[in-house]
Amino acid sequence: MNIEDIKKPENIVYKKTPILTDNVMHYCPGCSHGTVHKLVAEVIEEMGIQDKTIAISPVGCSVFAYNYLNIDWQQAAHGRAPALATATKRLNPDKYVFTYQGDGDLASIGTAEIIHACSRGENIVVIFINNGIYGMTGGQMAPTTLLGMKTATTPYGRDAKLNGFPLVLAPMIAQLDGTAFITRQSVHTAPAARKAKAAIRKAFEYSQKGIGLSFVEIVATCNSGWKMSPVAANKWMVENMFTKYPLGDIKDVLKQE
Amino acid sequence: MAEKILMKGNEAIAISAIRNGADGYFGYPITPQSEVMETLMKERPWLTTGMVVLQAESETSSINMVYGGACCGKKVMTSSSSPGISLMCEGLSYLAGAELPCVVVNCQRGGPGLGTIQPSQSDYNQCVKGGGHGDYNAIVLAPASAQDMYDFVDTGFDLAFKYRTPVIILADGIVGQMMEKVELRPEKPRMTEEELKAIAPWATTGKSADRSYNFITSLALESDVQERFNQKLAAKYEVIKENEVRYEEYQTADAEYLFVAFGCSARICEAVVDQLREEGIKAGLLRPVTLFPFPAKRLQELSGQVKSMMSIELNLGQMVDDVKLAVNGACPVGFYGRQGGNIYTPDEIVEAFKKFNNLK
Amino acid sequence: MKEEIIIAGFGGQGVLSMGKILAYCAIMQDMEVTWMPSYGPEMRGGTANVCVIVSDKKISSPIVTKYDTAIILNQQSLDKFESTVKPGGLLIYDPNGIINPPTRTDIKICRIDAINVAAQVGNSKVYNMAVMGAYLKIKPIVSFDNIDKGLAKCIPARYADLIALNKAAIEEGMKAVEEL
Repeated sequence: MNIEDIKKPENIVYKKTPILTDNVMHYCPGCSHGTVHKLVAEVIEEMGIQDKTIAISPVGCSVFAYNYLNIDWQQAAHGRAPALATATKRLNPDKYVFTYQGDGDLASIGTAEIIHACSRGENIVVIFINNGIYGMTGGQMAPTTLLGMKTATTPYGRDAKLNGFPLVLAPMIAQLDGTAFITRQSVHTAPAARKAKAAIRKAFEYSQKGIGLSFVEIVATCNSGWKMSPVAANKWMVENMFTKYPLGDIKDVLKQE
Repeated sequence: MAEKILMKGNEAIAISAIRNGADGYFGYPITPQSEVMETLMKERPWLTTGMVVLQAESETSSINMVYGGACCGKKVMTSSSSPGISLMCEGLSYLAGAELPCVVVNCQRGGPGLGTIQPSQSDYNQCVKGGGHGDYNAIVLAPASAQDMYDFVDTGFDLAFKYRTPVIILADGIVGQMMEKVELRPEKPRMTEEELKAIAPWATTGKSADRSYNFITSLALESDVQERFNQKLAAKYEVIKENEVRYEEYQTADAEYLFVAFGCSARICEAVVDQLREEGIKAGLLRPVTLFPFPAKRLQELSGQVKSMMSIELNLGQMVDDVKLAVNGACPVGFYGRQGGNIYTPDEIVEAFKKFNNLK
Repeated sequence: MKEEIIIAGFGGQGVLSMGKILAYCAIMQDMEVTWMPSYGPEMRGGTANVCVIVSDKKISSPIVTKYDTAIILNQQSLDKFESTVKPGGLLIYDPNGIINPPTRTDIKICRIDAINVAAQVGNSKVYNMAVMGAYLKIKPIVSFDNIDKGLAKCIPARYADLIALNKAAIEEGMKAVEEL
């Protein structure tokens, strides 16, 4: 039996979604971005909305997201993705518009843009990758960096007196009338990834209901920045990140109590 | 005869945007240009043409909304005044770097800093030489009347799409606040989806089955890729310099002395030319309508004809550098300016002119 | 024909809108116009002024420092603009609140008690039209017909009843103006 005998349709047990391109990802081994990209791609395929989706990539590691998902992309200046998405959605109300942003992009330089997009109730989806660090620029402190956590700019650990406290954004924007669905998920295990995917799908569906902004935070690892093996990084995330950033839905305006 | 309406330059921008098929306007209030958004909100074009109008949380956000809209191939614009334009420079650099069309109106006020809300032309260097980071130029149109404000919105969109470049309408507090007669040109409808596809096949409109996906970015990490892109932009700018120079001349045929002035200053200099000619001094005026591309060739020609040139600007002397570069020493080039929102009178320019030229 | 006019007074006296209506009347007479206001914080309750230029030729500079006519509605504006009237020019002022009246002898000076006129007409809001009437009586730069058309352009159709009121104020202002 050779490889061609094996490669038959009846033998297929898993197939990559065509929404993912064949480009080799530049992400580090163990990085959460690849998984989240795949989940978003699968949702787009399953909803059949490739031709109706416009995505905005940020500045940060996922700046190159446009190389990996086979959909139309705009690449924004640092932190400004929600502004691009606002105009894109208002000019194309029938399209699905989402931003994909990291914690430096969204929770630091882009706080004004995300808060006002939420406040205006823009009918967009925001995928927020929170790994507590600036990955692309080499592991500096992010607003979401935990107290005591060592980074390139907090080499002795984040000190509240020197660096302030971690910014917990999701509950803040949950208070805004313009948000419809806010959830915090992770992708470190298969069940977690399945839940995250369901949340992403719900966010995409909500964005066409005219009920406001949907926000999916993914608490993620950056094993390079954290200087840990992927397995150790997952463990550290569960033990430390989940305490400050607990998983679960924070707001769902359509949920029946 | 087409209808003529008395309106402010800022109102003319808004009415023209609606009548010329703009798809979106995103702005933030700042004196002296707030009438642009106020007029749009009052007119409610979303009920008629479908144009989107949105008050953003900052100029930073406004220009990035413009970026998003431009990525979609839409005719989008913003307006602001000097301090707000400083905030928009990041976005302008990205728009130039991503080769996106848009129209940005700068109704200049005095600076630096918070400065004054009174008229000024002190953003010449900022808008003409770039403003944001990186090697780029935007096409810059300098209106001198409310009618120009009206007409340049349409011209601006045409040029922006023709060259895939931001276009800046460099106005000032006088042109923005002054009311004049404006002739409303025939209306243009907004682009249909088919027209958009034809004019902007690069746009992010959702990946259809008949094409590969579009992505718009200004990122090129590899030096050679970035350099090739810089060269491409340079080539585009050369074509723009070749084809899009616009200027107006007044009494230049027999002129022995030339004034160079743009925007509101050009109008004041027309009065100066009349006054000098009454005294028997053969003065003329060249008004650059495009500041980029600059009418350097024409100035070069005139440098062989006139005894001297004088650049008249509401700043400390910015365009005068470009005049000097254009004539390259062929004739003396002087400068007279006022700052801080003060406006020169024709008399005061005549005096400065005589002093510079040693005339009685 | 070229007429350079400064209109100055308190914010709320209708200075800017008088300038606009005057400019529109001139447009109806097929003339060129510019209307350049002072703008900024003084718009909100302080002094306001607007320079209106009316000409049968294209207008070059919209900024002038000497005027053919000054229409003055408070003391501060009188102090500021009396000296800017060209010799042989015209100064019209409302004497209400004026402590130091104009003193120049090389210009024509007229007075209009526009508060009184507006009271007679029955609406203080048409104060500025009484002043405009006074001006147009002394310098009839636009015809009656074009005043009607200019008013119609400036007043939205839903307030059409106000046109008659404004017109009455203009006519009463014309009657009430006194040459000194």
